[in-house]
Amino acid sequence: MPDTAMPILDVNGLKTVFRTRGGEVHAVNSVDFHLRPGELLGVVGESGSGKSVTMMSLLRLLPSPPAEMRNGTVMFDGQDLLKISPEELRKVRGSKIGFIFQDPMTSLNPVYTVGFQLAEPLRAHLGMSKAQARDRSVELLKLVGIPDPERRLKDFPHQFSGGMRQRVMIAIALACDPQVLIADEPTTALDVTIQAQIIELVKDLRRKLGMAIIWITHDLGVIAGIADRVMVMYAGQVVEEGPVNEIFRDPQHPYTQALLKTVPAVRGPRAERLQVIEGQPPIMHETPDACSFRNRCQYAFDRCARENPALEPVHVPGHRAACFLLDTASTKEPETVHG
Amino acid sequence: MADVRNGTEAQAPLVKVRDLKMYFPIHAGLFRTHVGDIKAVDGISFDIMPGETLGLVGESGCGKSTVGRSILRLYDVTGGTVEINGFEIAHVDRDSLRSKRPMMQMIFQDPQASLNPRMTVASIIGEPLDEHMKLSADERLARIYELMDWVGLNREFAKRYPHEFSGGQRQRIGIARALALNPKFIVCDEPIAALDVSIQAQVVNLLEELQGRLNLTYLFISHDLSMVRHIADRVAVMYLGRIVEIASREKLFAEPLHPYTQALLSAVPEPDPESERNRKPIVLQGDVPSPANPPKGCNFSTRCPKVMDICKLQEPGVFEFGEGRQVACHLYSESMTTTAEPTAGERTN
Repeated sequence: MPDTAMPILDVNGLKTVFRTRGGEVHAVNSVDFHLRPGELLGVVGESGSGKSVTMMSLLRLLPSPPAEMRNGTVMFDGQDLLKISPEELRKVRGSKIGFIFQDPMTSLNPVYTVGFQLAEPLRAHLGMSKAQARDRSVELLKLVGIPDPERRLKDFPHQFSGGMRQRVMIAIALACDPQVLIADEPTTALDVTIQAQIIELVKDLRRKLGMAIIWITHDLGVIAGIADRVMVMYAGQVVEEGPVNEIFRDPQHPYTQALLKTVPAVRGPRAERLQVIEGQPPIMHETPDACSFRNRCQYAFDRCARENPALEPVHVPGHRAACFLLDTASTKEPETVHG
Repeated sequence: MADVRNGTEAQAPLVKVRDLKMYFPIHAGLFRTHVGDIKAVDGISFDIMPGETLGLVGESGCGKSTVGRSILRLYDVTGGTVEINGFEIAHVDRDSLRSKRPMMQMIFQDPQASLNPRMTVASIIGEPLDEHMKLSADERLARIYELMDWVGLNREFAKRYPHEFSGGQRQRIGIARALALNPKFIVCDEPIAALDVSIQAQVVNLLEELQGRLNLTYLFISHDLSMVRHIADRVAVMYLGRIVEIASREKLFAEPLHPYTQALLSAVPEPDPESERNRKPIVLQGDVPSPANPPKGCNFSTRCPKVMDICKLQEPGVFEFGEGRQVACHLYSESMTTTAEPTAGERTN
């Protein structure tokens, strides 16, 4: 993994607020992260933790109102995606940044053939002729492992199975050779054996095409298998980020620790009772001024209710976590830093 | 699959399912003529002992939910018998079925869809009490409070409506409703699939706790193999309307015998980057065939990595491996033949 390379995507202080009748919901609160070329960044969190909203905000895919991007910069290709004009943004969407949505049934248009939907970005972004777009579409379907691609181009989405539809979605996202691919829970709606097929496919495509990928999921198992780096989100904030091995071997934030313990395994010893995280994630009606995990945290102390911890580096380079306990941890064992 | 036990257990099974079939007819053409059937469940047999949890796993569309619903007679089954606590369920008339309803209950997948949005928590939990018991208003309220305590819902929430609760709490309401009439047997149909990871563990622990306290018997239907491994005593694996393997939890997860079980288990990713890097999943090719037009021979023959010629011609028999372990696969036809029967179509108990 090229650690020193310039990030291809650099997000700073992103803040997204939904205005609803019941008041404001602060879905994303000052999120910073970056993505390096060729890297796979896994984003983990429960529903409502803001992981999808963060990625949708990057490309301004959220309808406004109710969504409102209050703050932040999204630097990509030398420009701020939050500031550029809609026309310029359209050149980025689907061309330089591809997006795969969770549910392949609702994100494909049921009244157009798959061939038409594949050709659409090719003709719009790359200015291909019909024949060129057709050839490229066949190539793309072959790439994602759909048998008999020439004939399948004429089929409608409902004629494909769930796994095949997700392959079509991936093909569309890859159509213009994007530098960044954002995959929002691409395997959640699929069965495990089909999920295994899709994961193998993505690993293979990464080797062939080398694009950077942001993979959103709540399945820690999937992340462990494919990610280079992991970002854990809770209540619209990044609570921990770091290299995949570090996150799983030595999680620093109490939420990450609890999350890893609460999932039972199919292999290895079986626990008599499942570890639970008591309570529920909060609904953020305002900008958090305290640690949002404190009500469910077994280590919470008075400072957690007064201040919101910032992401601070821990032991290993690139590993950061937002928790006050880390200060004490790093002062206690200074030898282990860079150890 | 006929569950022939070794006779060491004195207890009789609470639930006995024999050769259960559930076909949904397909009508087509101008006159809506019957042109075929979707064989959602095609001849399955199993037993569940009192106090036991049988996990039923399989991919979407394999018929596992249909099994749960037909056992409770939410569908009129096409064939086979279901016996719960000594009573025949599959073919009795409506009135006698109704009197048996209290002992068998169901927890549904989607707590949002299975709770009436216009009823308060108290009336949702109290509805089965009104239907099946004659309680005074005070007794009824006391029972509702007791049930809310059992599932960890604050009594003060009794007058609230389902939309005021989170997903996990809604599932607790569904559980309280299922417990209202002191059932013996509960079908849990994907009870945690709609919940977040951190909430799933809470609900599973609650189900286990209630099972211990009330001596409940569960049929736990799920596609989440790791959760089934946690909660189930025995596990049945379904593929396209049939049970391909049934075994104790330890045996099944330690040494799966059927090629489909092997593939299914190997496909589950594990939250450990070190072992994930070395894991070589058996990646199945293709998709599940349509249950309206299942392949000839073994249902799994179109995707099986170990497929042989015979698999495409003949449906495999059921092979016994002792301790109630059964596998339906031709791979084991020569090696171990204790009580194997020639064709699955002629299976009896």
